[in-house]
Amino acid sequence: MLKDFFSKKKHASKPSEEAKQDIPEGLMLKCSDCGKIYYREEMRKQLYVCPNCGHHHQLPSDERINNLFDEGSFMEYDTDLNTGNPLGFPSYTQKLEKDQLKTGLKEAVVTGEGTINGFRTAYAVMDSRFRMASMGSVVGEKISRAIEKAREANIPFIIFTASGGARMQEGALSLMQMAKTSAAVQRFRDAGGLMISVMTNPTYGGVSASFASLGDYNFAEPGALIGFAGRRVVEETIREKLPDDFQTAEFLLAHGQLDDVINRHDMKKYLTTILDIHQAGGNVS
Amino acid sequence: MKQVLEFEKPVIALREKIAELKTFTKESDLDLTEEIVKLETRLEKLENDIYTNLKPWDRVQMARHAERPTTLDYVEKLFTDFLEFHGDRYYGDDAAIVAGIAKYKGRPVTIVGHQRGKTTKENIRRNFGMPHPEGFRKAARHMQQAAKFGRPIICFIDTKGAFPGRAAEERGQSEAIARNLMEMSGFEVPIICIVIGEGGSGGALALGVGDRLLMLENSTFSVISPEGAASILWKDGGKAKEAAEKLKITAPDLKELGVIDDIIPEIRGGAHRDLTSQAELVDQAIAEHLSQLEKLDKQVLLEQRWEKYSNIGSFAE
Repeated sequence: MLKDFFSKKKHASKPSEEAKQDIPEGLMLKCSDCGKIYYREEMRKQLYVCPNCGHHHQLPSDERINNLFDEGSFMEYDTDLNTGNPLGFPSYTQKLEKDQLKTGLKEAVVTGEGTINGFRTAYAVMDSRFRMASMGSVVGEKISRAIEKAREANIPFIIFTASGGARMQEGALSLMQMAKTSAAVQRFRDAGGLMISVMTNPTYGGVSASFASLGDYNFAEPGALIGFAGRRVVEETIREKLPDDFQTAEFLLAHGQLDDVINRHDMKKYLTTILDIHQAGGNVS
Repeated sequence: MKQVLEFEKPVIALREKIAELKTFTKESDLDLTEEIVKLETRLEKLENDIYTNLKPWDRVQMARHAERPTTLDYVEKLFTDFLEFHGDRYYGDDAAIVAGIAKYKGRPVTIVGHQRGKTTKENIRRNFGMPHPEGFRKAARHMQQAAKFGRPIICFIDTKGAFPGRAAEERGQSEAIARNLMEMSGFEVPIICIVIGEGGSGGALALGVGDRLLMLENSTFSVISPEGAASILWKDGGKAKEAAEKLKITAPDLKELGVIDDIIPEIRGGAHRDLTSQAELVDQAIAEHLSQLEKLDKQVLLEQRWEKYSNIGSFAE
């Protein structure tokens, strides 16, 4: 009985221990991997890569764009596309509004163009803070249009992917965005366009199984989880425990599915080199 | 033992009753003809009521019916000189997808389709029609060949989805699907895709990009299974029936949404009732659409295909 009392107390004290580490929203950030706590501003400067363990946290789309493109060089395409509720799916509109309020974004992808160390490039950056960056009509349409614009302007196209998969609330319309975006990639390819895909955490389902895998070069950020089916579904299907590193960027690299894994801090330089090599020889004029 | 679907139990019961009376009439002196005729009229009315008012969930059951005709059933009825070819040349041969060449009314075609089994044993061999990357790559290889030799491609879609297994992930399930979507959008030959049973998600779409996407009246085409959607959205797989309605996965709904081009009617009671009659309806649809597509110049064909896909989606601007 006495033992019970102590063990209960011990258990009860655990949350309060965590509560101490509970940090005021906005000021501090705790690394989800190593547990170290940093000032948010410090983490932001580090592009949300943990200075201690190197874990790559979610990077908001605007910060990625700001960091990658030359100052003042970039603009946004198709800012006026609005998601509807084509199937009349219950509570879909409310969920969208909630995420719009939370993120200040209209949808889960930002597209546009700018220069990276002087190289003019079209871009699409998906933002998993918005409905897990699932792909609905607007996401598919914006990406498809950005690829078409890159084709017309004869400039490279770089996409940073992140997605939980299809936007279920848009049913088959969501599924068909896989076909639409892939068809746009085919047209871009036929025109000799350069496409680079950088997969960030997480890239799954319909996004992984369409444009994310269709770059001339496919990269990923360290530790990013990438796959067609989610880990839980796979485990339930094969009734087998999967290795810890299953579907990580490093796992995919080892299985021949990626060209390389690139640290966020090296990204701009790395992409610049590719753009430079292609300008020297490829179809980029 | 024939599989009986929940909603058609009254029909089956009545049909059995009629058969019973007929046997009885034959074997005894009692003439029950009048009674039989009455029941047959009732059956006619009942069938009409039930089969013309199928709910999405009824159609899901129909699309999954164990005896529903599969790709190879239609291939046997609709084509001549079919030769099945195997393997993706990289890893193995996936029995969940069949592919080969044949003649359709005299013209050469390439055929690709998901293949599920009708018995447990067959289903295990075919992995329930759920492909691994090597299946999609086998399909790609045959479609590339079709494009090279200028043969139209006919795809039959019948899968719950791409197989969500460890090996499939390791060998690049995503890439295999993505590549098919991309390449199919660019092959310079007519492509007709027909959903004959279940059309589940990316694994279905990987054989589904072309000039025409047709659906059998009682087939389904969906981004996720109703059970999957219910468990994710409402944490309750039991709400599958509700999800089936909300997701708009039936042929009439998808025609209205502009996702598919046409509906192939099914014989009353579903395709499994009579393969020969059903195959004739599929035949008519292929003949009609193929003759339209064959007239088109390659460039026009590709332009129209792109237009079709670039217009799918719903948003305000």
